[in-house]
Amino acid sequence: MLGYVIRRLAIAIPTLLLLIVLSFVLMHLAPGGPFTQERALPPQVLANLNAKYGLDDPLWRQIWNYVHGVVVHFDFGPSFVYPDRTVNQLIADGFPVTLTYGSLAFLAAVTVGVALGTLAAVRHNGWLDYLAVGVSIGAQVLPNFVMAPILVLVFTLWLRLLPGGGWSFSDPSFWIMPVVALSTSYMASIARITRSSMLEVLGSDHVRTARAKGMPEHRVVLHHALRPAMLPVISYLGPVFVSMITGSVVIDIYFSTGGIGKAFVDSALNRDYAVMMGITILVGALTILFNLLVDILYAWIDPKIRY
Amino acid sequence: MVIDPRKMQSLAARMAGDEVPGRSPWADARRRFRRNKAAMTGLAVLALVALFALSGNLFARWSHEELDFSVMGQVATAGQPSLANGHYFGTDDLGRDLFARTVQGTRISLLVGIVGAGIAVVAGTLFGAIAGYSGGRTDQVMMRTVDILMSIPYMFVLILLLVMFGRSMTMLFLGIGLISWLDMARIVRGQTLSLKNREFIEAARVIGVPAWRIIGRHIVPNLLGVVAVYATLLVPLMILTESFISFLGLGVQEPLTSWGALIAEGAGTMGYGTLWQLAFPLFFFVVTMFGFFFVGDGLRDALDPKDR
Repeated sequence: MLGYVIRRLAIAIPTLLLLIVLSFVLMHLAPGGPFTQERALPPQVLANLNAKYGLDDPLWRQIWNYVHGVVVHFDFGPSFVYPDRTVNQLIADGFPVTLTYGSLAFLAAVTVGVALGTLAAVRHNGWLDYLAVGVSIGAQVLPNFVMAPILVLVFTLWLRLLPGGGWSFSDPSFWIMPVVALSTSYMASIARITRSSMLEVLGSDHVRTARAKGMPEHRVVLHHALRPAMLPVISYLGPVFVSMITGSVVIDIYFSTGGIGKAFVDSALNRDYAVMMGITILVGALTILFNLLVDILYAWIDPKIRY
Repeated sequence: MVIDPRKMQSLAARMAGDEVPGRSPWADARRRFRRNKAAMTGLAVLALVALFALSGNLFARWSHEELDFSVMGQVATAGQPSLANGHYFGTDDLGRDLFARTVQGTRISLLVGIVGAGIAVVAGTLFGAIAGYSGGRTDQVMMRTVDILMSIPYMFVLILLLVMFGRSMTMLFLGIGLISWLDMARIVRGQTLSLKNREFIEAARVIGVPAWRIIGRHIVPNLLGVVAVYATLLVPLMILTESFISFLGLGVQEPLTSWGALIAEGAGTMGYGTLWQLAFPLFFFVVTMFGFFFVGDGLRDALDPKDR
């Protein structure tokens, strides 16, 4: 197990390096730079700016300096567009917000999805089952950028219950719509996955044995069926986690929540290379880490798996 | 015992005719698919949406880039959906006909979905089949590459590509195609591994068929079921990706449009009471998503050999 974790982390390093090199090469190839403006800067000023940010160095040296800064000082460099800000500051501003609504949405999707799917499977072919299946099919075609305007329309414009945008760590009414918009379609997918795998497990031998021993049904479901039924759900958690972060791009723009999604799109439009790269690398690292956690969880739940 | 001689004769004639044709697995699958009501409904809905995309312009009285100056500035009242002035779906906030724009958006979205899935099918199938069939070190290297590419946050890279190289259809296709084949490659490789030790492949190898021909003639045709199922599930995924990008304003450029761009516009203006701008594109988007999901599910049920 430990060996497996170390091997996985060893793969993560070339992945992140590849990401860095890829971004640098892209930037190098792309026409225009962070200092390209409508009115061209005098050549001397441009040369000085490029020299200050090291953009006149050869490509390999730029990459080396960047990697060195990140690894040794955990420093993602200065922002090219906002001279008084560093990338670390920008990330530190936005990331807590994204993390808050992202993890809430993740929890909501998993708990509600699993509960709904389990209920549907236990009441197979009952009205509860049909209701759950209907709701989850309906919700699956409502991705975050479709849910967001619908929620605002209903809860802000018609019912006037919730604020239509903005963010406050102390007032949970700002959290509701981002969390719901972000989680709905994944909640639906998780419910469908749980339902079908639960149905399969409930028909298996060990469940029949447990029932034959006279175990109460809720214990059968919760103790004996839920654990194996979770396996397909767990392998779906990686993609869900990634979508929570990429979804923040839409959430931040639509609800003006000010997370890293907003910082990323702004930096992309301003060609603020350092910020773009810092966020891309952060997201890449988080993705790798989370996928590793998912695999460990998988092995913990399914004792048949050996690494 | 009364036997109708005419019936006997017709029976005899039929029996004397061609031998009873056997049922191929594909015919079986077709039959199972036809019996699945949800899937057939989905297929019908998709056919209608495709028809709308292809022939909608015949009914449009306005082009998708024409401004109607008589509704401009008073879109909330004069721009409502109406049969009288030819704006069946109303107009957008610039006075452009929403019907024509929805037709245009449907075309682009379907095109992106189908081309994106097409790239994934071709690239993913070839990559996966070659990796799976070769095995050994080649397989290791190829699949590690896929692993590494998969842990790149692709939406961010796609946004980077579009921002740096300018928004264009080519870039969009390239960016979407770049990432869409990874899952397909994994699935195909898994299937190939289980195929390649079967007797008919062994037989082909024994009589000296070269590897590329075995892959092309024997492996790939046997993968088509899985590939078809996954491809139908990929199309809505591609449409979603494009809509997501267009929602952010990074997708296709005006005067072209797509569902995502239309939904974004509608969402931006719904505060002024012009709900139809959101409702019509959203309707087509949701209906198409439903259609593809149901057809995909139906295909999976029909083609899954475990389910016989």
